[in-house]
Amino acid sequence: MAAPRLPPPDPQFVLRGAQSAVHALHFCEGAQGQGRPLLLSGSLRGLVHIWSLQTRRVVATLDGHGGQCVTWLQTLPQGPQLLSQGRDLKLCVWDLAEGRNAVVDSVLLESVGFCRASVLAGGLQRWMLAVPGRGGDEVQILEMPSKTSVCSLKPEAQARLGMPMCLQLWQADTSPRPLLLAGYEDGSVALWDVSSRKVCSRVACHTEPVMGLDFDSQEARGVSGSAEKALAVWSLDEQQALQVRGTHVLTNPGIADVKIRPDRRILATAGWDHRVRVFHWRTMKPLAVLAFHSATVHCVAFAADGLLATGSGDQRISVWSLYPRT
Amino acid sequence: MLPVDGFGFWEGRELGKVNHRMDPEVSAVRLTILEAVHILSSSEDGGRIFCTLESLKRYFGETENPALPEEQEEFARIHFSTFLRFLVGKLSPDWLELLPDGQMEELWASFFLEGPADQAFLVLMESIEGAASPSFRLMKMVQLLARFLSVGRMAAVMEGQCRQQAGPAFPLLQETLLTKVVGLPDRLGNRLQRENLATFFPQNYFPLLGEEVLRVLQVVVDSLRGPGESLRPRETEPEVLSRLLGNLVTKNKKAQFVMTRKLLFLQYSCTMPMLQSLLGYLAMDSQRRSLLMQAGPTTHQVLKELLETWGSSSAIRHVPLVQQRYVSKAILICLAHLGEAELQDSRDELLASLMEGVKSRLDSSLPPVRRLGMIVAEVASARIHPEGPPLKFQYEEDELTREMLALAMPRPAADGPSEAGPSFALVSGETPDRETVDCSGPQAGPEGSDSELDSDDEFVPYDMSVDRERRSSKAPSYVRGCLEALTGSEDWERWEAALWALEGLIFRSPAATQEVSVELAKVLLHLEEKTAVAGFDGLRQRALVAVTVTDPAPVAEYLTTQFYALNYSLRQRMDILDVLTLAAQELSRPGRLGKAPQRGSPDPGSQPGGAVVPAWRAVVEERIKRKTRRFSKGSAGQAPAVGPNEFNLVAGYFFFPLLQHFDRPLVTFDLLGDDQLVLGRLAHTLGALMYLAVNTMVAMPMGKALLEFVWALRFHGDAYVRRGLLSAVSAVLLSVPTEQLLADLLDELLEARSWLGDVAEKDPDEDCRLLAVKALLLLEKLRDKLLPLSSP
Repeated sequence: MAAPRLPPPDPQFVLRGAQSAVHALHFCEGAQGQGRPLLLSGSLRGLVHIWSLQTRRVVATLDGHGGQCVTWLQTLPQGPQLLSQGRDLKLCVWDLAEGRNAVVDSVLLESVGFCRASVLAGGLQRWMLAVPGRGGDEVQILEMPSKTSVCSLKPEAQARLGMPMCLQLWQADTSPRPLLLAGYEDGSVALWDVSSRKVCSRVACHTEPVMGLDFDSQEARGVSGSAEKALAVWSLDEQQALQVRGTHVLTNPGIADVKIRPDRRILATAGWDHRVRVFHWRTMKPLAVLAFHSATVHCVAFAADGLLATGSGDQRISVWSLYPRT
Repeated sequence: MLPVDGFGFWEGRELGKVNHRMDPEVSAVRLTILEAVHILSSSEDGGRIFCTLESLKRYFGETENPALPEEQEEFARIHFSTFLRFLVGKLSPDWLELLPDGQMEELWASFFLEGPADQAFLVLMESIEGAASPSFRLMKMVQLLARFLSVGRMAAVMEGQCRQQAGPAFPLLQETLLTKVVGLPDRLGNRLQRENLATFFPQNYFPLLGEEVLRVLQVVVDSLRGPGESLRPRETEPEVLSRLLGNLVTKNKKAQFVMTRKLLFLQYSCTMPMLQSLLGYLAMDSQRRSLLMQAGPTTHQVLKELLETWGSSSAIRHVPLVQQRYVSKAILICLAHLGEAELQDSRDELLASLMEGVKSRLDSSLPPVRRLGMIVAEVASARIHPEGPPLKFQYEEDELTREMLALAMPRPAADGPSEAGPSFALVSGETPDRETVDCSGPQAGPEGSDSELDSDDEFVPYDMSVDRERRSSKAPSYVRGCLEALTGSEDWERWEAALWALEGLIFRSPAATQEVSVELAKVLLHLEEKTAVAGFDGLRQRALVAVTVTDPAPVAEYLTTQFYALNYSLRQRMDILDVLTLAAQELSRPGRLGKAPQRGSPDPGSQPGGAVVPAWRAVVEERIKRKTRRFSKGSAGQAPAVGPNEFNLVAGYFFFPLLQHFDRPLVTFDLLGDDQLVLGRLAHTLGALMYLAVNTMVAMPMGKALLEFVWALRFHGDAYVRRGLLSAVSAVLLSVPTEQLLADLLDELLEARSWLGDVAEKDPDEDCRLLAVKALLLLEKLRDKLLPLSSP
């Protein structure tokens, strides 16, 4: 017998004051030695807000994108450095140490698309950055902080993949070769071997542009969301071949972002239908539909301790504690 | 001085006459006893009396020198009762003290306790009933009877009866004996009144009797069974019953009455296992089975009668729900025991009474009654008419339904209940995983992750019913736009979006709503579900409530008029009642929304409370607010919201029109006739409105009108209506201020009080009784308030 379901959960708290649609979210762990992490949010009007999850107030506001939408935020493990990507074709590197908030460096981007950058930092002083590149279909790989363009990954002309829509750099434990997963406009996901600049494998997951993907490197399994009404789960075998494991039909079309929780137990999707959906990662069993926001949800982010933050066009950021880790 | 009860038998001509026919040995017994009687009557010598009595005990056969078996038999059969009566007659304090240490009493009692038990019992009962009260003799006899019970002589009584079955039976004596055994608690209760002993209370006596019966049965079984035979390892209860009773039920009228009528129709105290055993017993044997199910003028057809009782509209109204459940379960058990062929024989008849019953049950306004109708109808129709289209109702599944469906599993008499019946199909409610279906490939594979042992148990899904398809962005932005979309539009997406958006728009733009409020209410009231919108009823109702709250007076006026207008469905009329209640609830919520109440100019004509006193405090505060510039409000909003009851000004519009026409039937709407469900709803609604009108000026006239309404309908046959009336009375008591209740409604309350008392005591419906008790308690409280006022 189906036991009566629990009513849908409520957010643990809501952060108001972004003053425009929230397009990027990122948890910044353990900065400033505080118990709870900071939450960074990027808004449509180009501001980056740093929220204290303790006081639930804005700690600092960074204005570095000239009023253009901030689409991506990432902190680096070495020292409190923040990367922010904006639609003003700039990727800024911020120094947040000791209360500073100044742009220390910036990279000029060559693509104005929606594609978010990705970073691969091995804990060293050098790190790798993937950004959408020239010509609409390339991905540019930079070595940072020197900003040296290492290579650009250009699909073969006859492949007709379209623009890269989302990127994820990663490195298998067994091999030092950096790999890049890229979702393309035609709905396919491709695995690039960055060193050899070759596509290892490509699989058509969706019929619409891939809007977001996340990859679980331990399970060699990833998930992607697109403008259509489905999530795709795919895996990578030992020959580095991508395979679709299944698709998961949703009620409404449009996934803006998808993230797997760091403990790889659940995943969350940001929906154009204003809803956040939570699934069990291993079985893809639907667990919850969070119907809190009143506009498109643009981004989701998980903290290391499992906290989920969702940012939406309704200018609110909601923070949820679901299935806490025991 | 010596009462010689029944001793004429031994004296004069009687004695002589008998003597001539008796053989010498037998007359020897008689002579011995005559002599003993003579000695006992005349002698005052304790020793001699003792010896005489002792000597008679050889006829019990337990002494060293027992009498001949024939003599024992003669003594027991002919002389014992009479002798006991004589002994009873001897009983007096002086006589018992002829020997020290109670020896005499002990010996005297031993005759009752050791002799043939049935006669001893009858004499005991007879002498208890015959003795003067209160008296020494009565006391002694009662004590003796208690002792008789405690040493287990009742078993001997019954055993004696079993033995006599072999010889010539004494039906009359048995009948008397049975009556006395069964009626013992009543008889002693009547006789002894307050001096009754605990042993004779039914709750103590009958268990004892039960144990004795068991002992006797054991003895009987032992004596019947050959030495080699052993108990069969497991017998089901019907089999035990069957072994014990055989076909008694077909032979003995009384047993038949008890088993086929009393236990099924007159009582409802059997537990389900008992009921199953009983019906199982009836179904085991073909002769008994005919009682369950056979067309015939003489035999009771249990199933048919059960169905008739179950479906009788009078029984549905007047029989407690517990009993209705009992009968329903009995039907299901009966059906489970009967085979297809048997049911087919009188299919038409059964089907007819079933359908009749289903109709009466579905007409009821009480959901549990309806549900019993649905469950039994589903199961019964599937069994009686298996080839027909299956009946299927929608009802909530709970303990009761599961229990009942389990009872309905057919159990073939030959096999155990191992195989599940085909007609038993639980519809499981596993639906919410709708998203997981429709996978183009294999389900997201868990390979490699199995080792992780991450159990899914901790990942309990939340309710995902909110996850509906998103409506398009065609929703109108203004109330008027919604109105147009809902009336003229052929664009169903827009229509649907308008319905979704309406409630929010109404609350956001009260002024715009007020311009079209009645029109909007009219459209919503007549709105039909044109597309399969999820939650259509809820959306429509919420929008209606919102309109009513935004512009209460005109909309309530419109709705209440429509309630009694022609050409509405019952559903719409009930919707009107629900909307009025919900809107009143919203209006009366203290400090709702914290916004300035929108009040139009109060219309004194419709305010039976007389002149409406403006809430002066609000007016003053409003004025202060307008004249004062405040720089910071601080956290003033945090204080518990207080404010005048907004319902105050409009309660009259909601309430009084509903009362006006209830006794005037229309062509399509007759509240006092068939449409009692709506009448029940109306009563509940009026009660709710009354309750929500607490702290308003109109509470008193409302209360007065409501009590009149209640008085007019107080003997209504439908329990749901009565419940509504009773809660309405409570609402009056809660909402009308005490002083006004006492000043203006005293007569009505006194009237109501006697009615409440009656209901609390006699109403067949449990909820009615409970509600009446609650109302009475409120009245009590009222009286308590009154007393300190008047007493000093």
